Amino acid sequence: MKTVINNYIREEMFPNIWCPGCGNGIVLGAIIRAIDDLKWDKNKIAMISGIGCSSRITGYVDFCTMNTTHGRALPFATGIKMANPNMKVVVVMGDGDCSAIGGNHFIHAARRNIDLTAIIINNMIYGMTGGQYSPLTPTKKFGTTAPYGNIDQSFDLVKLAKAAGASYVARGTVYHVRQLTSLIKKALNKKGFSVVEIISDCPISYGKMNKMRTVVDMLKWIKDMSVSKKAWEDLSPEEKKEKFVIGEFLDIDRPDYTELYSKVMEEAQKMGVSR
Amino acid sequence: MSKKITALTGNEAVAYAIKQINPDVMAAYPITPQTALVQKFSEYVADGLVDTEFITVESEHSAMSACVGAAAAGGRVMTATSANGLALMFEIVYIAASNRLPIVMSVVNRALSAPINIHCDHSDTMGARDSGWIQLYSENAQEAYDNTIQAIRIAEHMEVRLPVMVMQDGFITSHGIDCVEFIDDEKVTKFIGKYQPRYPLLDVNHPVTYGPLDLYDYYFEHKRQQAEAIKKSQKVVVEVGNEFKQISGREYGLFEEYHLSDAERAIVALSSTAGTAKQVVDELRAKGEKVGLLKLRLFRPFPYQEIIQALSHLKAIAILDRSDSFGGFGGPLFTEIRSALLESEKIPQNVNYIYGLGGRDINQVDITSIYADLENIVKKGKVEERIKYLGVRE
Repeated sequence: MKTVINNYIREEMFPNIWCPGCGNGIVLGAIIRAIDDLKWDKNKIAMISGIGCSSRITGYVDFCTMNTTHGRALPFATGIKMANPNMKVVVVMGDGDCSAIGGNHFIHAARRNIDLTAIIINNMIYGMTGGQYSPLTPTKKFGTTAPYGNIDQSFDLVKLAKAAGASYVARGTVYHVRQLTSLIKKALNKKGFSVVEIISDCPISYGKMNKMRTVVDMLKWIKDMSVSKKAWEDLSPEEKKEKFVIGEFLDIDRPDYTELYSKVMEEAQKMGVSR
Repeated sequence: MSKKITALTGNEAVAYAIKQINPDVMAAYPITPQTALVQKFSEYVADGLVDTEFITVESEHSAMSACVGAAAAGGRVMTATSANGLALMFEIVYIAASNRLPIVMSVVNRALSAPINIHCDHSDTMGARDSGWIQLYSENAQEAYDNTIQAIRIAEHMEVRLPVMVMQDGFITSHGIDCVEFIDDEKVTKFIGKYQPRYPLLDVNHPVTYGPLDLYDYYFEHKRQQAEAIKKSQKVVVEVGNEFKQISGREYGLFEEYHLSDAERAIVALSSTAGTAKQVVDELRAKGEKVGLLKLRLFRPFPYQEIIQALSHLKAIAILDRSDSFGGFGGPLFTEIRSALLESEKIPQNVNYIYGLGGRDINQVDITSIYADLENIVKKGKVEERIKYLGVRE
């Protein structure tokens, strides 16, 4: 059966390498549906990824794509956007990719408010290398490098993105697929740095070590732990533990970096600077 | 005592060596195919079987930075990485050597990007060959284990005080199950000895500084001293190898000569390929062919005099490089050996094979074809194509 998805993928690259039940496929579908809704020309979209399971996405989509190095998808994307501001630039990262090795680039992309969409597939683990805990592994959860539980405090990417200067910040999950598609659509359409964190499942690496061995266990856990913004406000701090709030957290208008950059040149020309 | 053989991967063997070494600090970041090594070691940490401070940093750049900090403070420090991880460390890799910090790093060789590839070649560590680190290459899990233990002694030798990287081939050795004979804990502890830090930052009564600005007034002198230090380490590598034989029964020198002394044709190779080549040498020897192998263990410092002695009697040699030096005249091992042979009165015919990039398999048929090529070269008395690519579609 052909669906709208077939119009945007490189069919010859399938089947994909993702494990059965991996949330990455759900995210891929949601991104494509959002782009299809927006009627974007697929040749004017650049999708950039780093290293990790999620980063394989750039092999599967029929856009202009680049698979870069671990943690550096955002700087590569910044270069692409600056060189051609008319390009729609979408960056897909994993939690280790975005918040550990690429953490610095994440806050600076947000600070500049450059017109990129950052989609972070957060499966709370380094999946590809076999389940080491990441900066987004919740405290007390298990990883191969934390066999007795993680003692680190995890980042809250939503708060981090907001504080660092993003224009649009949302969090969705691979369980709430319709909501996820609409969050991604809004993020893509936003002028400025937009962020969608997606809570995803990894039964193979994360689930196995955290008593959720099957896809169903993991998705059920994601469903049970997700709380809407409205319901979140009524929860006590104790009830909030282990849960995550989903929805839209920021939607403001600020001049984006490429716009400011071209203005500098315009002003300079007005002042009589000759080339 | 009877010998106890354990079946395990190269990664597990090195993790066990690190457990026995029990370093003060280990800082690392996950990267395939090194991951299982650090992961296994992290279990030893979590189980309280070592005293190591294990730091799960946010990148390899930070891993090597943490190692430099800890080593300057006066700790015995280790880490592990592969490919792009080593590339990301690069800035600090040089700093570790220049600050004369005896860090030991296990490198599981893997191809560098792009395109992304997780399999074995030596482009990662060959890229670091001028960084001032001592480089030991291992043929199999046993050698990776043994070299890791010896590396501590070499690095910490008072006349050396330089970091050492110990290599094993990604997936081939790191993930293949092999037979390894461990040395008893007490023997390892005694062999490596108690670490004697030199100029530790934690010695607050004798304050020092590491790495300050050093311009055209003294920088050159410091580099000259560094060149001398790594040169001296060659003697230490041999001494430590001899001592290691006493506790293990296994011999380690600068390189291994396999049917080389009476050979007419030979291959020079690093790491696991040497294992495959030995098999071919055996087969060809059984047919009466005078073939041999030189398996280089120590690539930095490069033991050029000993290599000349070992090779100059040959009629033809093939030097195998599992990495390319793009735009250069042959791969790193080839240029080094060919340059060394210029010091020899008699220079064998020589040819370079670039092979196995990105994990492309090299098998006995390939190696047999190299010995056949050498036979042709001997017959013709000349080399028609100096640098060849083995097993590639063109």
